[in-house]
Amino acid sequence: MITAPPPEKTTPNYLNHQHGLKSWLLTGDHKRIGILYLISVTMFFALGGLFAALIRLELTTPAGDLLESNQYNKVFTMHGVLMVFFFLIPSIPATLGNFLIPMMIGAKDLAFPKINLLSWYIYVLGGIFTLYVLLTGGIDTGWTFYTPFSTSYSNGYVIAAGLGIFINGFSSILTGLNFIVTIHRMRAPGLTWFRLPLFVWAHYATAAIMILGTPVVAVTLFLVVLERGFHIGFFDPAYGGDPVLFQHLFWFYSHPAVYIMVLPSMGVVSEVISTFSSKKPFGYTFIAFSSVAIAVFGFLVWGHHLFVAGQSIYAGLVFSVLSYIVAIPSAVKVFNWAATMYKGQVRLETPMLYSLGFIGLFTIGGLTGLFLASFGMNVHLTDTYFVVAHFHYTMVGGALLGYLSGIHFWWPKIFGRMYSQVWSKVSAALVFVGFNLTFFPQFLLGYMGMPRRYHVYPPEFQVFNVLSSAGASVLALGLLLPAIYLTWSLKYGEVASANPWGATGLEWQTSSPPIAENFEVTPVVTTEAYDYSTQQEVVHVG
Amino acid sequence: MASQIVQHEHSSTLKHHFASDAQQLDAATIGMWLFLVTEIMFFGGLFLAYFAYRQAYPAAFASASNKTNLWLGAANTTVLICSSLTMALAVHAASLGKRTLLVLFLILTLLLGGAFLGVKAYEYHDKWVHHEIPGAHFECEGCEDAGHAPLFFSLYFGMTGLHATHMLVGFVLLVIIIVQAARGKFTAKWYTPVEMFGLYWHFVDIVWIFLFPLLYLIDRSHTGLK
Repeated sequence: MITAPPPEKTTPNYLNHQHGLKSWLLTGDHKRIGILYLISVTMFFALGGLFAALIRLELTTPAGDLLESNQYNKVFTMHGVLMVFFFLIPSIPATLGNFLIPMMIGAKDLAFPKINLLSWYIYVLGGIFTLYVLLTGGIDTGWTFYTPFSTSYSNGYVIAAGLGIFINGFSSILTGLNFIVTIHRMRAPGLTWFRLPLFVWAHYATAAIMILGTPVVAVTLFLVVLERGFHIGFFDPAYGGDPVLFQHLFWFYSHPAVYIMVLPSMGVVSEVISTFSSKKPFGYTFIAFSSVAIAVFGFLVWGHHLFVAGQSIYAGLVFSVLSYIVAIPSAVKVFNWAATMYKGQVRLETPMLYSLGFIGLFTIGGLTGLFLASFGMNVHLTDTYFVVAHFHYTMVGGALLGYLSGIHFWWPKIFGRMYSQVWSKVSAALVFVGFNLTFFPQFLLGYMGMPRRYHVYPPEFQVFNVLSSAGASVLALGLLLPAIYLTWSLKYGEVASANPWGATGLEWQTSSPPIAENFEVTPVVTTEAYDYSTQQEVVHVG
Repeated sequence: MASQIVQHEHSSTLKHHFASDAQQLDAATIGMWLFLVTEIMFFGGLFLAYFAYRQAYPAAFASASNKTNLWLGAANTTVLICSSLTMALAVHAASLGKRTLLVLFLILTLLLGGAFLGVKAYEYHDKWVHHEIPGAHFECEGCEDAGHAPLFFSLYFGMTGLHATHMLVGFVLLVIIIVQAARGKFTAKWYTPVEMFGLYWHFVDIVWIFLFPLLYLIDRSHTGLK
């Protein structure tokens, strides 16, 4: 399936130099581990999508005629848990990051290949726990596990789900640790920090969040398990505890976690915009440092999830201001991408279409984030569909579109095959249109006061809900297409050249697919990144 | 050129994706320190809970903390500090390539770690006997602010339990390293696992250095007890 027959000449590469299941399951090769992640992450995405479909189907009518309230609670919880912890967080770092970071810095592998493989097994183990929850009756707490509901009242399998996410957290920690050490110590000769591709900068910032934030949510879920399983209380007032402490600890990770999702996407977009404009990114240093700034400020805004949770009003004001500040580095990136395209030779290939979609949707997601960061406005919008729409614009419109852009951009490098240019462009258009149709009406619904997490609603909200469900079908079609044409391309796609897009990174200087050790000879870097002047001929595709 | 010569001499311990021994050691060291950073954040959640609740319910915490056994806690602190010393001596012996001394100090560390865990188990058993474990049968004679007193014990068991788990993991790793050391796996030129394990062991020790005063010492002279 993956081991597609190699190009006409049997050139040795990382896909065909070893054969058999064992060579995959015991591999230390970062490229193969990236593909293991690609397969498992895609499976969890499909499963999470299935639950999303059930949600939209139920909400097509105001009455609860498909699911009972209890089932509905479980469906939206599983959708959230699967998408957040098992798709969005590992999506780009564990697949593309794993595959590309060593190649982009001219290394043979990540610093700790065995730990890299271990992280995948930990991810799978965490996933098995979650699937066990799914099959034995589900969980109804929402992906946020708020106490005391989760520890004392919920009927779901909180302990198993908590352990699943606890375990999965270590996969993220190990990936982040591996990236930081690799970027510090494995760079090719001459590859200084300010010659690094922006994708690497974005992943460095992401990795910092992974290793600083994830342990906190891990210990928090550990405490939830202790409280629920052994009545060793920390959060339930019945045990003398304070539920708001849980929310602080949970969001200390889970807010920065949205930057784990979106920063790697921003890295992808920086690469794609530059390549398809054949122009050095405008303000390289600003884009690089804005990634770091997002990681730093991202850790200081968690309190905006607690505006109505009984947090002090002064803390609320401080968190409100800090939440505005984190918008600045995000905006810096958007302006710099726009300036990069200005007077560039823009080519609207599929990865570029997805990246442009990212910019549009992420901007809407970011601006509506400012609505929610403002203290007074937030009181009106808390727990409404406005919030749901906002974070889907950043997570789906941002993180997912960045992921798809990256997959389309590096697919020829990863598998050595081109996919259908026509169908992929159709898919990009369907995803963009379908996404907006799904989630824009939810802004209006939320503003009008429709609360999230209910399966019945007043009939006057139906028209927007029907629009949203219709959009979801278009979106689903748009997401199904890549699964088909990308799989098809593995066997029947046109053989890709080493550098089909005319890009500048080191990863494009080796063959497609790369050899097992990435480079014949360790490259020596003498110029800055994105030097298009040495790029004599740009090969157009399609 | 020099690095290439080194590379030839130690090809048995140099992994294929590193260019030199120095690079490999650097990577391991940074990786270990980063791992310890994640551990600090991991324990940090519990420390935050401790500070928040101690600040909120001082009387409950002061009276409940008097239930801990000061002398056993102090003895265990001494034991653990000694084990850190023997661990440091083990790393030193490894760097000199003295195999017998290395094994000896590692075994001493193992014994001291075992002693710590033994005392800890005795303390837990004592708490069990006195119903000082949060839950349905919780009792705390003479505790003030009885509604919040269980929180102290939740944190006591959460924090020392997590610490003891780290000790147990260290114990297992230590056994593996002792076997490897006895078989002569480490040389004066390459003893990275011993060094990295030393960092871990010292970290676990330092966590206890914070836990001991927080759980055993503060407000020991609290006179509000009935």
